[in-house]
Order: sequence, then C-alpha cells, then structure tokens
Amino acid sequence: MAELEELYREIILDHYRSPRNKGELASPPALRAEGFNPLCGDEVVVTVDVNGGVITDIKIGGQGCSISQSSASMMSASVKGKSVEDAQATIAIFKSLMSVHEAQLEVSDASPEEQPIDLKALGELAALQGVVKFPVRIKCATLSWNTLIQALGDLPS
Amino acid sequence: MSETFDVAKIKKDFPLLERTVHDRPIIYLDSGASSLQPHVVIDAMSHYYATTHANVHRGVYATAEEATILFERSRQVVGAFLGAVHPTEEIVFTKNTTESINLLANSWGATNLGPGDAVVLSIMEHHANIVPWQMLSARLGFEIRWITVDSEGFLILDDLDALLEGAKLLSITAMSNVLGTINPIRELAARAHAAGALIHVDGAQSVPHLGTNVVADDLDFLSFSGHKVLGPTGIGVLWGRRELLAAMPPFLGGGGMILDVKTDGFLAADPPQRFEAGTPPIAEAIGLAEAIRYIDAIGIDEIRSHELHLTTTALDALAGRFGDSLTVHGPGPGAHRGGVISFTLEGVHAHDMAQILDSVGVCVRPGHHCAKPLMRFLGVPATARASFGLYNDEHDIEVLLEGIDQAAKLFT
Repeated sequence: MAELEELYREIILDHYRSPRNKGELASPPALRAEGFNPLCGDEVVVTVDVNGGVITDIKIGGQGCSISQSSASMMSASVKGKSVEDAQATIAIFKSLMSVHEAQLEVSDASPEEQPIDLKALGELAALQGVVKFPVRIKCATLSWNTLIQALGDLPS
Repeated sequence: MSETFDVAKIKKDFPLLERTVHDRPIIYLDSGASSLQPHVVIDAMSHYYATTHANVHRGVYATAEEATILFERSRQVVGAFLGAVHPTEEIVFTKNTTESINLLANSWGATNLGPGDAVVLSIMEHHANIVPWQMLSARLGFEIRWITVDSEGFLILDDLDALLEGAKLLSITAMSNVLGTINPIRELAARAHAAGALIHVDGAQSVPHLGTNVVADDLDFLSFSGHKVLGPTGIGVLWGRRELLAAMPPFLGGGGMILDVKTDGFLAADPPQRFEAGTPPIAEAIGLAEAIRYIDAIGIDEIRSHELHLTTTALDALAGRFGDSLTVHGPGPGAHRGGVISFTLEGVHAHDMAQILDSVGVCVRPGHHCAKPLMRFLGVPATARASFGLYNDEHDIEVLLEGIDQAAKLFT
C-alpha cells in the first residue's frame, strides 16, 4: 500500500531505530516538560538547555510508536544549536504541515497552493508529511513538538 | 466444536462484514472494544422507530403503550439471559458499563462507605472499575486495596482473605480485557461473602462471550454494556439483587424516577425506575433484547466453544510462526482464557502494528486498553489486542498472521 510506504519512510524508520539526543538533561538548569498521548499511551519528556537565547542542548526521553519517536528525534536534531526564535519558526512550519489535513477538511475547496509550506526549511522533517494521510497519527507526530513548546514556555520573557 | 455452528452463515448476518477497507475484506478483530451488530438488531431498532416510537411509561395512546411493552419486555429478556430471579425489579438500564459502575458507586457506595472502610479491586480492572471508586474514595475517605496478578496473568488469591478483612465490597472483572484471563468468580463471591463483603462483577467482557448466571455465581451486582454483546451503543445494564437495589438511593434525578414531587422534596420510585431518570434508551433496549435472542438462538455455550477454539488456534499459530520475538501478555491456551489476545512483537510498537494490520484490513486495538494500572504493573507501555467474536474464523487468523509478518519485515 503506497500510503503506508509514505508513512514509514526509511528516514523515519532510521530515526526510530537510532533515536538522536535520547535521554534527559539535569533539570534545573534544563527546562523540562512531559507530554502524554492518552490514546495510545505514548509518553515524552523533553529537556532543553537554553543559554543566551540559543538551544545549546536538548534530550528526549519517554517511549512511543515509530512516528512519535522519530518525530521527536528529528525535532531534537533540527532545533539543537538554533536560537529559540529560529526554533519557534521551525515549530510553526512543522505544525502547519501537520494541520494541513484538518484545514482541508474545513475548507474542502482550498488548494494546497493556498497554504504554502516551506518544505525546504523543514529539511528531513518533511519526511513526516505522509502522516497527514493518517489523521489518528498526527497526534503521535506532534506530541514532542507540543511538549517542546510547553518547555520553552517556561523561559522567562 | 458443534456441527450446528456455521460461521460462514453467521458472517452473513453481520452487514458490516460485507465492506472492504483499503480494497480488502474487513477482518474485524476488535470485539473486545465493541462487537458488530447482526441485521436482526439493526432491523428491530429501525422497525421500532418506523412503527412504534413514543416515550415510555407516560402516554395512554396505542404506540406509547406498545413502546412501553417492548421496553419492559426487553428487561425480561436481559434478566432471563443473566438468570435473574426478579428481572422486572433487578435489571436497571444505564448508558454503558461505565455508567452502571458510577451508579453503583454513587448510590450504594456513597451510602455504605466511609473512613475505615475498604473496597477491594484487582490490578487488571478497566478504568471504568477503578476511577469511580477513586473519585468516591477522595470524597469519603475509604481505602482501596488491590489484588495483583502473577507472571502468567492470573489473580494472586493467596492473600485475598487478608485483603477482604473489613472490606465492604469486592468489585472485580470476570474476564480481563487485556490479558483474557477468566477469573474464578464463584470462588471470589464465596470468599467475599465469607468476609462479610458484597461482590460486584464487571461483566463487560464475560457476559458477551462466556455467559453469566448471577444466581449460580451468587453475585450481588453485575454490570455490562449492550454494544459488546451484539447490541447497540448507548445502553448498559446494572443488575442488582432486589433487596440491595431497594435500599439504595437514586443516582441521577429527574423525570421517570419519582413517585411524587413537591416544592419541598420528592419521593423516589421503586427500582428499577428509581435509577432510570429521564427518557431511557428505548430503541437501544429493544435492540439489546434482539441481540440476546440472536445469541440464545445460537447458544452462548456454542459461541464460547467456537471462540475458545479460535483463541487456542491463534495462540498456537502465533507461537509457531513468531517464536520468542512475539510476546502474548496473558495466560497460555486453555479454558481459563477468553478470546482476547494482547501481544507485542519485538521492535514494533503496538501503534505501528495496528497501522500495518489496518493496511491488510485487520482491525485490532493498540494502546493501554483503558487499563493503565495493569500495564504499569506488567511494565508494558502498549500492546496490540486482537479479540474474537462469534463471526470470526480461521481465515481471519491467517490474515492477522500475514499482517504481523509484514510488520516484522518492515521494522527489522
């Protein structure tokens, strides 16, 4: 089934088998947040070190399915070393990629061109776009991202 | 297996099995979550809406009387299925098992439990038989004690008498929705009673697949859901012994549950109406009764033998095909086991397993199965669960194995 191959791309399976930045940073000083997907029992713990407005380190703990784990792994690789501002821009792009399906349901005649998503800016994260064909799995893919948002929300503004 | 048990014929009774998913015939292995409905159930409900619908217990016109008769007759059909002595007084219609247990907790529990009291549960309970007691315990300050399970998934009953000492209620499932373990309900009832406690049985899994006799098992309360027993969603049952229900206060208030209402108070009706505030699920009760007639015509014992045969076949085939890479969480094959198979395949998360099985048309449930305390106790975050119904056959098991094979190939 083509859609299934779209979902389980090799790069996703690679991140699932060999997750990057796995573990947990000492908190404090790291910012820490926990996320849960009550549907399937996935749990994620995101810890981030922010120094001078830059994400200097990030670790992902917890357990879950290949989509939640690979998404978390790719997320950690993509935001590590970035400024919080740039990381937040990436988060926004990724989340809009994941909300395409819902947006199309709401406005059935909206063409993809009307919702431009900068896939290039996402790099390998774009591999996760197959997830949107499986609405139930979108929550798996976004779990770690929402948890990161929560962790960064603890930053003093 | 009985020669009269004709699965091919039974399959034809279930219209949903005619559809395809992803261009493949649907293989429904999620009866533990919800069963499918035969034509006769759907037709009975449609027929009722098309010809008879009116509110019950109120009107004097012809259809209102007919609706009331059909509704009350459903109570008798359900009562007979459970072996209830006084079905017209002992069968309470609720929304589902969850509401039945909430009713029990908030009515019987709220009047009988307080500081110093205890309720005994098992670690294998569904959240429906845990959270209502935790909510009540937070209010009333009684203790909740837990029966644990051994490595095979059987209850550890060596220290049951100590757990029951001073307890007022043992509330326990007759069959685990995760492990498939069938619990020795008759023994549990006897030991609860010997300790001076009552027993409530969560029959959500057992009533549809094993059959239940509340008198032979000497139970005090029993809950189950319509939609797991070939009936519709939106209806559940609480059976209680007549004298126990008679002593219980109402749970929900409103129309239908009163004898009289004045500005300074109300007088509650007798059971079961006392516990059925508002317009009840009339069409659903009629559908549930039809489902039970359908099961009775085939025979619950025949259904059980068929499902036991499928379970044993599947367990043997899984072990044969996948060996140690596949773990079944629950007892090995045998009569102590229901048709629920929770498994994990090394290197494949349950959610991915279910997704790949879906691609070959197989419906299974991934996750914690609303039994997180058990999952924590077992140290397993999630399993995929295949569960059988009377309409499954050996071909369904073959397709399940084919799907698991695909998952194994993709992830290793």
